[in-house]
Amino acid sequence: MLRRTFLSLSMGTAIALCSTFPSAAQAEELTIFWAEWDPANYLQELVNLYTAETGVTVTVQTTPWPDFQTKTFAEFNAKGDAFDMVVGDSQWLGAGSTGGHYVDLTDFFAKHKIGETMAPATVAAYAEYPGKSGKYWAVPLEGDAAGWAYRKDWFEDPKEMAAFKAKYGYDLGVPKDYKQLRDIAEFFHRPDEKRYGIAIYTDNSYDAMLMGIESTIFSYGGELGDYASYKVDGILNSATNAEAVEMYKSLYGFTPPNWGKTFFQESNQAITENLAAMSLNFFAFFPALANKATNPNADVTGYFANPAGPGGAQHAALGGQGISIVSYSKKQEAAMKFLEWFIKDETQKKWAELGGYTCNKAVLESEAFRTATPYNEAFYQTMFIVKDFWAVPEYAELLTQINTHVYPYVISGEGGSAQAVLDNVAKDWNATFKKYGRGG
Amino acid sequence: MAAIATLNPSSRAAARGWSDLTIRNVFIIPTILFLIVFNIFPLLYSLGYSFTDFRASVNEPVKFVGLANYRELLSDPRIWNNFWVTAKYVMVSVFGQMVIGFGLALLLNRKIPAKGLITTLLMLPMMMSAAVVGLFWRLLYDPSWGPLNYALGLGDLAWLSDADLALYAVAITDIWMWAPFVMLLSLAGLSAVPQHLYEAAAIDRAGSWYTFFNITLPLVAPLLLIALIFRTMEAFKTFDVAYILSTQPTTELVSIKLYKFAFQEWQTGKSCALAYIVLIMVLAITNIYVKYLNKAKER
Repeated sequence: MLRRTFLSLSMGTAIALCSTFPSAAQAEELTIFWAEWDPANYLQELVNLYTAETGVTVTVQTTPWPDFQTKTFAEFNAKGDAFDMVVGDSQWLGAGSTGGHYVDLTDFFAKHKIGETMAPATVAAYAEYPGKSGKYWAVPLEGDAAGWAYRKDWFEDPKEMAAFKAKYGYDLGVPKDYKQLRDIAEFFHRPDEKRYGIAIYTDNSYDAMLMGIESTIFSYGGELGDYASYKVDGILNSATNAEAVEMYKSLYGFTPPNWGKTFFQESNQAITENLAAMSLNFFAFFPALANKATNPNADVTGYFANPAGPGGAQHAALGGQGISIVSYSKKQEAAMKFLEWFIKDETQKKWAELGGYTCNKAVLESEAFRTATPYNEAFYQTMFIVKDFWAVPEYAELLTQINTHVYPYVISGEGGSAQAVLDNVAKDWNATFKKYGRGG
Repeated sequence: MAAIATLNPSSRAAARGWSDLTIRNVFIIPTILFLIVFNIFPLLYSLGYSFTDFRASVNEPVKFVGLANYRELLSDPRIWNNFWVTAKYVMVSVFGQMVIGFGLALLLNRKIPAKGLITTLLMLPMMMSAAVVGLFWRLLYDPSWGPLNYALGLGDLAWLSDADLALYAVAITDIWMWAPFVMLLSLAGLSAVPQHLYEAAAIDRAGSWYTFFNITLPLVAPLLLIALIFRTMEAFKTFDVAYILSTQPTTELVSIKLYKFAFQEWQTGKSCALAYIVLIMVLAITNIYVKYLNKAKER
């Protein structure tokens, strides 16, 4: 009896041990960490093909956007290997590379000539750090930029067109510049009819509002500073940038009520709920607007690239992310193999077909891609005019500082003037760069 | 220790099979170890970090900076503004909870039908997750489709986008959630007031206000003070509801600032210093309350 009990206990222990420790024969598993949004679902569909081809299971693990940065860096700081790859924001490149969290992909880039196959703006923004250093830490995965959705039916209504022409002296249509954008927002702003002019980003908890402000600043011909010398004075707080901030503030005046903490969901709701004539959003969120199941106005929703500023310059804030291998992952070799598969032209084509915004130059330029959805043409145009925020390791501090000063001015008019507000941001940024020993 | 070891074998504990020694080993020592590992050690460790320039997100050597973090924080007017916002929030929120919670307790301390059911329903908000409450009230406050403005006839009043109103909106949400806690403690106090005191007051033809201020309030005061201590401490630390409801600078409580320092900007050393400043402030306020509580008990 005792012997039988001992035997069964030994067998139980052996089974338990076998199930605890993976055997050598067990199939490899890779985990990619990303934010919770539609492109992550498309990526899961794509990587299922890799699983079918190779037997390596790839899981796309997601977390809501507001927690994405916090969770990723908490894992990095713990040197954890909960995920093997991360589809990180472009601003993270500095912190990810200098902090030792990302694997250096410079050799991988050279071997596979990624600099030639991917769109130049995406390589510079999603992969290279420091700028123009020739050091690469990610493979461009999801191209994205700020763009606009608008109500075609409102714009094409003959009565509205006639009234607009009578009031502003030119034809109502897709705005060519920010002045026209403001005019159209003002024209459609009718609170009594529960109809409003424009929906813009205002959430200041991460980079949402900044993306809107940045797009305006860049199109006005302004910059956020000299990214090579860390010079900010006279650049960030230039008269041009102050004008751009004034413009963003004036646009806020034509938003729906309670528009003080809005991001992509609210921007899309503005179109689906018949709230606004135009809505600022990242292109990655437009598939939901083109889908009749999620947008009853899908057939009458149009899209356009960020308009030009008064000087004719036309730019847009860059969104999107590159995929990096986490240096604490124990499966770096398998992750490299996955990236080799991911950068293939046919994979990139499939990625675009599934709804992902490929950064592959050939696919982007193809007629098939540009006509595949109502917003792809605007996306294609935008990807050649994108500019990005600072990618230094202390970018989060810079982000908090600009939010702290600019948000109250845009939303409540606090802070005196746009010029005074930007002077304060410049002062804070100078102090931050000085603290970390950057610049002269 | 010797006393424990020489436990009388005929004692009740020994008869049940649990000697004091066993109880110490099974319950007390693990609890103390748990507290040391998960509370005391991190507390002391973070105290050490508060004197350094440690940033958890970078692989750089940690430098000892002495009191620089504390000096920087205490001389930053923006941090003082965070404390001022927090103080305003604590005052409005805790005052509201005390008045409404105690008022509800007075109403429920009467013979009313379905008293148990009403009490249970009133307690529901405090059983909910703060994140759920925050998201729920965001919808309620929405001027376009939220029912609050519609029900109160407030038109397009933008509770959360209005810099002056947002803090009160957050406080109202907190009051809704936590007034039942004050109600519960007050009810316990009210039910413990001896009935004969009211009978004696009635015989002496004492007015209802006189009875309230001279019998009810003094006897319930110790429990109300306990509620006040708990709610002040909690309100001082409020994060989730405020973070979910609004991103206005006028609602940036000190805990939100702390979160930003620690987990968005990864200024770990500085955030530890701020956490200690908050801890000292909460301890000071709690001590003042405890003194009053002891006085109230002596009476």
